[in-house]
Amino acid sequence: MSQDILLRGIGITRRWGGLVAVDQVSIALTRGEVHAVIGTNGAGKSTLINILSGETPPSAGQVELLGQDVTRWSQPRRARAGLGRSYQRNTIYPGFTVFENCRLAAQARHQQPWAWWQSAQACEASQAAAHSSAQRAGLGDALDRVAGALSHGQKRQLEIAMCLATAPEVLLLDEPLAGMGAEETERMLALLAELKASHAMLLVEHDMDAVFRIADLITVMVNGTVIATGTPDVVRNHAEVQIAYLGQQ
Amino acid sequence: MTDRSRIVFVALCGLALAAYPLAAGAFGLDLVTKIMVYAIFALSLELLVGATGLVCFGHAAFFGIGAYAALLLSPSSDAASLLWLLPASVGAAALFALMMGALSLRTQGVYFIMVTLAFAQMAYYVVHDTPLGGGSDGIYLSAKPVLVIAGLRLIDLDQALPIYFFTLACLVAVFGFLALLLRSRFGRALAGIKANEQRMRATGFSTYPYKLAAFVISGGIAGLAGFLFGVKDGYVNPELMSWHLSGAVLIMIILGGLGHLRGALIGAFAFALLQEFFKSELIFGGFAKHWHLGLGLTIIASVALLPHGLVGLPARWRARRQGRKAAL
Repeated sequence: MSQDILLRGIGITRRWGGLVAVDQVSIALTRGEVHAVIGTNGAGKSTLINILSGETPPSAGQVELLGQDVTRWSQPRRARAGLGRSYQRNTIYPGFTVFENCRLAAQARHQQPWAWWQSAQACEASQAAAHSSAQRAGLGDALDRVAGALSHGQKRQLEIAMCLATAPEVLLLDEPLAGMGAEETERMLALLAELKASHAMLLVEHDMDAVFRIADLITVMVNGTVIATGTPDVVRNHAEVQIAYLGQQ
Repeated sequence: MTDRSRIVFVALCGLALAAYPLAAGAFGLDLVTKIMVYAIFALSLELLVGATGLVCFGHAAFFGIGAYAALLLSPSSDAASLLWLLPASVGAAALFALMMGALSLRTQGVYFIMVTLAFAQMAYYVVHDTPLGGGSDGIYLSAKPVLVIAGLRLIDLDQALPIYFFTLACLVAVFGFLALLLRSRFGRALAGIKANEQRMRATGFSTYPYKLAAFVISGGIAGLAGFLFGVKDGYVNPELMSWHLSGAVLIMIILGGLGHLRGALIGAFAFALLQEFFKSELIFGGFAKHWHLGLGLTIIASVALLPHGLVGLPARWRARRQGRKAAL
């Protein structure tokens, strides 16, 4: 096994009653690479992310994080071990400020719940992580704004910032570009390209232009199974993919 | 409200309560002691409902267990020492909270409300229908607990004034403890769980132990309130565990304003004083026996008109004043 494979799913299957949402999917995420998963609605992309992050247990198969078998680990435990994820719809804390959103996320690494007499602000490590992650995601000017009042694009940036605040090694990003304008998309793509160097990244995205620009590897899913995996060029010219997904041109 | 005006408000409340016995008669002293006990009880529920977003509808169980434990554990002949009786009563309530929380926290939303209610009803029927706690007649305390150190009777809860000040000290301690707790990392995590539990799990917080810890702390504080109540009256009966009381304390914190410790304080006072007001035969004459009606209508009206509770009143006035200024 290569040292740089940070997250690996092996033969992952998820059945909901008679429906097989994800069928024998194997996937590997390497540091320095964006691995995009594309497919039509209902292809099983979100279920796959949920299984990798630990939100949904798989019916069969195995998940390895940093070389360890984490299949039976809870989601919080995987997160503490370095697995960050963002959600398709915004899951920020809308009533808190941008800074507090990031600070609370960073606190996950320094929980110490027994220190009841000590202010949460006293934890310098989480303060620093919150500052730098907000800065990195481009929200350095908006620290004191209430998160619920941000624009849609800024909320997506905040999602990423909260991910980064937990200092993850692996990022699972579920449609980070959804609903973004052209300018916001460019900014987000630049951020993802920058993060790529130090992280392994799984990207589920519907914006095909963006996917083909930024992805190093693309996995195409149809009805829960993988029909192709390869570089953007390989996938673009893959006969089955053209029929199933990209439309014949 | 700014931080400073909040502290000033709470400090003034504390001073007023400390000075109150100078002016009060026996009835007033007993009434305010009772209200302070309710305030501690309301604060404990605020930790669950307002701070963590867990609506517990069985909080009277902890209150009742604290009260029953105080009376059942007291020796029949001699006065018990506060040093062990108080921790034992609080511990009994906390232990029950640990069991109840461990099971009920596996459910969510309306199911959680129902499961907590079911547990409290179980506790209610245990004391109501078994000889353990004297059945529906309740039990009496033979001698109230004391604190004796090196032969000195430092605290003797047999008289109204020591009970008053001991209750006030407990109220101040609980308020201070919760205020610190809510601004600590633990408290911020509870706030995160209330706002978005899924995200908390995704960032690495195992939310179940956090919620269970909050549940046990809350149950223990409710047990403290029950202890004080039982010792104050020297008498307990199953009504202390009835769902009416669980409902009343929920109404207190809603009336006062969820999400603020002050809200629990204000709500307990408002609720109890409204109750006294509508029960007063001096004002309402024969109608006073229908006090539930007046109290209920007032609460419905105030909840409808004040969605943020009594705590939100100053902000409303300010907004209205600014609105009027802007209109000019």
